[in-house]
Amino acid sequence: MSRFDPSDDSVVVIIGSGAGGGTLANELCQKGFKVVLLEAGKRQSSATFHNDEWFAFNQLAWLDKRTTSGNWQIARDFPNLPAWTCKTVGGTTVHWAGASLRFQPHEFKAKTTYSTVTGANLLDWPLTLEELEPYYAKAEFKMGVTRTNDIPGLPGNNNFKVMYNGATRVGYKTVHTGRMAINSRPRDDRSSCWQLGFCFQGCKSGAKWSTLYTEIPKGEATGKLDVRPESQALQIQHNAHGKATGVLYADKDGKHILQKARIVCVACNSIESARLLLNSSSSTFPHGLANSSGQVGKNYMRHTTGSVYGTFKQPVFMNRGTVMAGIVADESELNLKRGFAGGFEFETISLGLPFAAAFLKPGAWGRDYTRLIDQYPNMAGMWIVGEDMPQETNAVTLNPTVKDQFGLPVPNVHYDDHPNDLAMRNYAYKRGADIYNAVGAVQTVAVPPYPSTHNLGTCRMSEKSRDGVCNKWGQTHDIKNLFISDGSQFTTSAGENPTLTIVTLAIRQADHIAHESTKRNL
Amino acid sequence: MKRREFLQKSAIVVAGAAAVVSGVAAVSNADESNAAQWTAGLKTLNAHEGETLLKVARQIFPHDRLDDSDYIVVVQDLDTEAGTTPDTAKVLHDGLANLDAGNAKFVTLSDDQQLAVLQKNESTPFFQKVHGTELVSLYSSRAVWKKLGYQGPSYPIGGYLHHGFNDLNWLPNPPEWASPKPA
Repeated sequence: MSRFDPSDDSVVVIIGSGAGGGTLANELCQKGFKVVLLEAGKRQSSATFHNDEWFAFNQLAWLDKRTTSGNWQIARDFPNLPAWTCKTVGGTTVHWAGASLRFQPHEFKAKTTYSTVTGANLLDWPLTLEELEPYYAKAEFKMGVTRTNDIPGLPGNNNFKVMYNGATRVGYKTVHTGRMAINSRPRDDRSSCWQLGFCFQGCKSGAKWSTLYTEIPKGEATGKLDVRPESQALQIQHNAHGKATGVLYADKDGKHILQKARIVCVACNSIESARLLLNSSSSTFPHGLANSSGQVGKNYMRHTTGSVYGTFKQPVFMNRGTVMAGIVADESELNLKRGFAGGFEFETISLGLPFAAAFLKPGAWGRDYTRLIDQYPNMAGMWIVGEDMPQETNAVTLNPTVKDQFGLPVPNVHYDDHPNDLAMRNYAYKRGADIYNAVGAVQTVAVPPYPSTHNLGTCRMSEKSRDGVCNKWGQTHDIKNLFISDGSQFTTSAGENPTLTIVTLAIRQADHIAHESTKRNL
Repeated sequence: MKRREFLQKSAIVVAGAAAVVSGVAAVSNADESNAAQWTAGLKTLNAHEGETLLKVARQIFPHDRLDDSDYIVVVQDLDTEAGTTPDTAKVLHDGLANLDAGNAKFVTLSDDQQLAVLQKNESTPFFQKVHGTELVSLYSSRAVWKKLGYQGPSYPIGGYLHHGFNDLNWLPNPPEWASPKPA
């Protein structure tokens, strides 16, 4: 394990160790760069994870104070928990469920494709699927995605059996156990899936890809990676020439340390990435770093989500086995005849009893509710994940009155559902219920969105500097040696789970950083 | 603390809840028939308050398959928090007194009458406090998991790979292209 001095200005500082930051760190180390990886949370391992929802939530989730506004139901149900992301080494790759789908060609051209959606701040990505394909292939190989690279699919569990039979009976064709970054066979020194059923709580078998036990130790093995857990970034600093020079952070004792840097990469998940740039304002950049466009924090997206649960006369035990190894992909295709733009997938989902009670009907109580909970063993579940519309007013801003433990403004997350999002969700609720009714559901329940795990778009890529924060490499338009390396780069959300694309962009960004460094352009 | 801040509150409560669960199970098994005995263990709430809170907890999440012993865990958790958090103690004392402010004590009311009183109080800090705590502590109890059919941790048995992850037999098995055989 390497240690670099805080005054060493030859290092790359990456803030955040999740899908973007953890991958980028390893990729840069493999190319010979020295990397300091700052992570706000502690370092856990498969051995310290627990098959217990509340325990794991308190161990892994980002629980620092946040505030919310807007007409999304989250602001009523979970006003201080807009997002369900992680504060731990490995970031949200510790919690993610593993679904790894490529974006579709038209999704990179959202403005061109959906041009008639009023009120949406749509923009085409400054890159195409063709440009990304070689990097998608590298990401899939790295992560061991099933149904790619001759890796078999995962075996379907009980929850998938219900989904498969219902979906095929209503006419859906593309129904299988998904493309999952979860080993169906031992691979990359990790075991195959044990069907534990606790993907969200940190995978105790290590079968699910997470930067915690893949990218990060591989980076450390090069002798080039200095991982610093419990290190909360407070401010990115710059010099008179407008170049980033280092990152001020608080260590576990609250001591402030300035780590110098030649390059700074921001990968803190979309809420914190935007907040850090805004909290780094200076006399040169009074509106925050890399914000000449005014787009930092804007266009916050969280996917159009929701769940449908069905109860049946006979047992399902949805809690048994891989949580998200089941997909209905038919609705993800481009089809503007359904009354909304964008596509979505149904994916299996399961909650344990503690979280089922908390999330199925937030705030509910009484006999009507407990009758539903009593059906827990006979319950099947599916999640809706679809493209949501970027809106300039959906934004992460600095709360003017509420401060965190470091005295910095907390983020306020504002989100209003766009009419397109509502139309998609309502359509998906109905079709999801159709699937369960086709196999004899006693009752179906449309469950509102959980706190957001897919947080996107707050530092979006754009061809022109006036439209967004970074270019097609994630390099900020304003500051050459400052990069955005997480899902906040996304110009639009597309309809697919974002992690594979975040990893893909990180691999590609590492190539770009190496190339530009050789040419002395950074 | 506001009602739906329960997720944040749980960060504090859960560790305590886990510790309390095992202790309460022992007490209630020994004295299930004698309600007076368990209330004697309360530190901040008096016996009448404990009895009232137990009724409230049953009304909020009523499950026929659960016993008083399962809901006593919730009262214990609230009592424990009240012992260290004066705001919680005040919310509970005031809220419980308010439930008795009608013509009859809350515990003497019929089920329907109790429900009506709670519905009227649904938006009070008292109700929100009890609801939020109960949501976490009741459904974190291993005894409750067992009675409601949730199997809890699977790591100790090596996961469900050889323990029924795909044992559903009332629907046909999907074809192998959709759902390959396990390794």
